[in-house]
Amino acid sequence: MTRVHDMGGRWGDGAVVPEPQGIVPVGADWQRKALALTLAAGGLGQWSIDTSRHARESLAPKDYMRFSYYEKWIAALADLLVARGLVSEAELSSGKAAPAPPHPRLFRAAAVGPALARGTPYARPGAAPAFAAGDRVRTRLPSRNSHVPGGHTRLPAYAAGHVGQIELVHGPHVFPDTNAHGLGERPEPLYTVAFSAEDLWGEAETQDDEVTLDLWESYLEPA
Amino acid sequence: MPHDHSDHDHPHTLLPSDPALRVKALETILVAKGLVDPSAMEAILDTYEHKVGPHLGAAVVARAWTDPAFRARLVADATAAVAELGISGRQGEHVVAVENTPETHNMVVCTLCSCYPWPLLGIPPGWYKSDAYRARAVREPRKVLAEFGVTLPEGQKVRVWDSTAEVRYLVVPMRPEGTEGMDAVALAALVTRDSMIGTGLPGPPR
Repeated sequence: MTRVHDMGGRWGDGAVVPEPQGIVPVGADWQRKALALTLAAGGLGQWSIDTSRHARESLAPKDYMRFSYYEKWIAALADLLVARGLVSEAELSSGKAAPAPPHPRLFRAAAVGPALARGTPYARPGAAPAFAAGDRVRTRLPSRNSHVPGGHTRLPAYAAGHVGQIELVHGPHVFPDTNAHGLGERPEPLYTVAFSAEDLWGEAETQDDEVTLDLWESYLEPA
Repeated sequence: MPHDHSDHDHPHTLLPSDPALRVKALETILVAKGLVDPSAMEAILDTYEHKVGPHLGAAVVARAWTDPAFRARLVADATAAVAELGISGRQGEHVVAVENTPETHNMVVCTLCSCYPWPLLGIPPGWYKSDAYRARAVREPRKVLAEFGVTLPEGQKVRVWDSTAEVRYLVVPMRPEGTEGMDAVALAALVTRDSMIGTGLPGPPR
């Protein structure tokens, strides 16, 4: 059921390698361009962050695993541009395109500062929450998108079918399972749910350790 | 059910295989077609290479350490509290501050991708985006912390926050001992990026 990106709890990945503190260097020139191109093209407003995440998750597993971070971004960006009809496969193949006038929603330099400072808030008006802090809830099993087979969802497999406790109630947020696929924002109450690490993994490093996840109401049922 | 093209359709494979050539080809196409403004690319890079970084989160933490009323506002509504310091925006639209205590150490991960509080900490370090961190932080946080040289006291539990929605978490580390006379500016210099992710602790007073 899962996709390759859903790797929480997986064994075998080796050590985590710390890096110097401070601002992180973006990297080589192509990595800088990959970051800038992705954000600049995102500024056209032709897809949501959910759609963009789904495009990265939908890379072939062997590509997802061998691609570095910005290679995933570039591959997903190319796929999205073609899916939206903004770039053709012939243009990708040739690496060339005929000059065209600016897109009506071209993300211009003067708009960058304000747009990045504004972001894209995901809270929406919507239904009152069904659960309150302290309530016990069970996550759906299996984790899946119930609107689109193989579609985007944000319940990791490791937390599916487990009982946790509502920790924070955030109010309605855009529902990624539909929004990623152009099926509407359909806001649902969002919660932070705390799980016992021992329950999730069978054993924990210490008995009281916890893992929290941010989960939409339709991922949950009363427990 | 809508047809999901992206499951089997990967036009990116038409681009050259070398990453630098792939990016160059895409840039050439997008600029020619009026879909990307090169000066916007420069402005984006200038933002994340020079302006937005962990010094912003550190100022929030130091303010919380020195101003009890701000700390209360930060815990109650971190999005509004950090906006008081001019901090807002992309990948930080909904902020929650989680305070470390002698009982609980907090640590942040995104197992499904690399969600990270950009307006507070800048772009994420490579290790935060790595498969190893995404896979292991939720299952064996203490082993991961040991790789950062961090050992927690016995009896302090770990709470790992897996960022699965648009909520972004800022860890507020405990103020180090021996810093009683220091002001917010001096304190901010002790607050490392990793201490606000939960894989580090603030530096000792210098």
